[in-house]
Amino acid sequence: MILLSISEFFERLFTGKSANASGTKVKQRLKFILAYDRAALTPQMFEAIRQEIMAVVSKYVELDQDSLEFRLESDNRLTALVANLPIRGIKAKEPSVLEVEPLNPDLESPLPTQNNGG
Amino acid sequence: MSRCIVITSGKGGVGKTTTTANLGMALAKLGRKVVLVDADFGLRNLDLLLGLENRVVYTALEVIARECKLDQALVKDKRQPNLSLLAAPQTRNKTAITAAHMKALVEVLSRHYDYVLVDSPAGIETGFHNAIAGAREAIVVTTPEIAAVRDADRVIGLLEANRIKDIKLIVNRLRPAMVKNNDMMSVDDILEILSIKLLGVIPEDEQVIVSTNRGEPLVLADKPPLAGIAYQNTAQRLEGAEVPLLDLNAASGSFFSRLQRWLIGKS
Repeated sequence: MILLSISEFFERLFTGKSANASGTKVKQRLKFILAYDRAALTPQMFEAIRQEIMAVVSKYVELDQDSLEFRLESDNRLTALVANLPIRGIKAKEPSVLEVEPLNPDLESPLPTQNNGG
Repeated sequence: MSRCIVITSGKGGVGKTTTTANLGMALAKLGRKVVLVDADFGLRNLDLLLGLENRVVYTALEVIARECKLDQALVKDKRQPNLSLLAAPQTRNKTAITAAHMKALVEVLSRHYDYVLVDSPAGIETGFHNAIAGAREAIVVTTPEIAAVRDADRVIGLLEANRIKDIKLIVNRLRPAMVKNNDMMSVDDILEILSIKLLGVIPEDEQVIVSTNRGEPLVLADKPPLAGIAYQNTAQRLEGAEVPLLDLNAASGSFFSRLQRWLIGKS
């Protein structure tokens, strides 16, 4: 990390290159757009994937909604779906059990039959 | 074994035809028998860049329609007898030929020449698919601009999908001073993004316009300008020679640039 910043320092000192120059910007834009081009995904499809994955994961854990990351990345002509889903906490019980919990805990009734199949 | 190479780019105006003319001429100067095929039906230009427009009698279309023999349609370059041109028809549109026709044509030509270079039209439609039909290798031409690189990426994907695995890149119209100021993507940037083999780097050069005006490819000159030398080196690399890239920053080889290279290991 220190080495990197030293070389960065010299690079800026001697070349005047900075992260704000258009060359850096265009590379970022290209990498972003090509990840989507290569996957041939429409924004609608991408959003559908995102929502479905989120729904599945949210069944089991509580996600930190503010720092979610969900994007496509492309390297060496391969595209990867990169999801970073920080977990706030684990949900107390498995959702299926939660659903079948009787409304009145004092009531000692057998589990409802309609949930046994699922 | 003859090599059938399509020269393509996706985006128009990046220098496909200039590259075809100069690479073809450079390979011919190296002693190879070369035929250039203009696959841009309806918008032919390769004959102009070679200065052969007045000698075109028959085109690929008459050959396909069996209205003439292949020999009659091939225009031999008088300045460089190793080089021939098969022109595209100017009057018909791109639907006048099929991929099967093109494949057959390239197949026959490959029996008589060391190199068959096919100049593809811009775009990724029928004309592109016809142009790549007979090719076993591809050269993708791009410029250091966002639209050209994006289109190059698309074309690379299409070439791979059409079983052309040997794909090499030429970065055309590079402006070294702008790269130095980080106001243009460097060759390394483009290679990192496209992940294919580099064949050559051609600097931006006003002489390209002059040579086009005259109908004389850059490499034809006894002492070619910088872009011409870059094309000659590119042709040698195509032949398998290990030729280092031109030092396009040579003019600014000051004490500071040397110190900078030494310090950060970059050229």
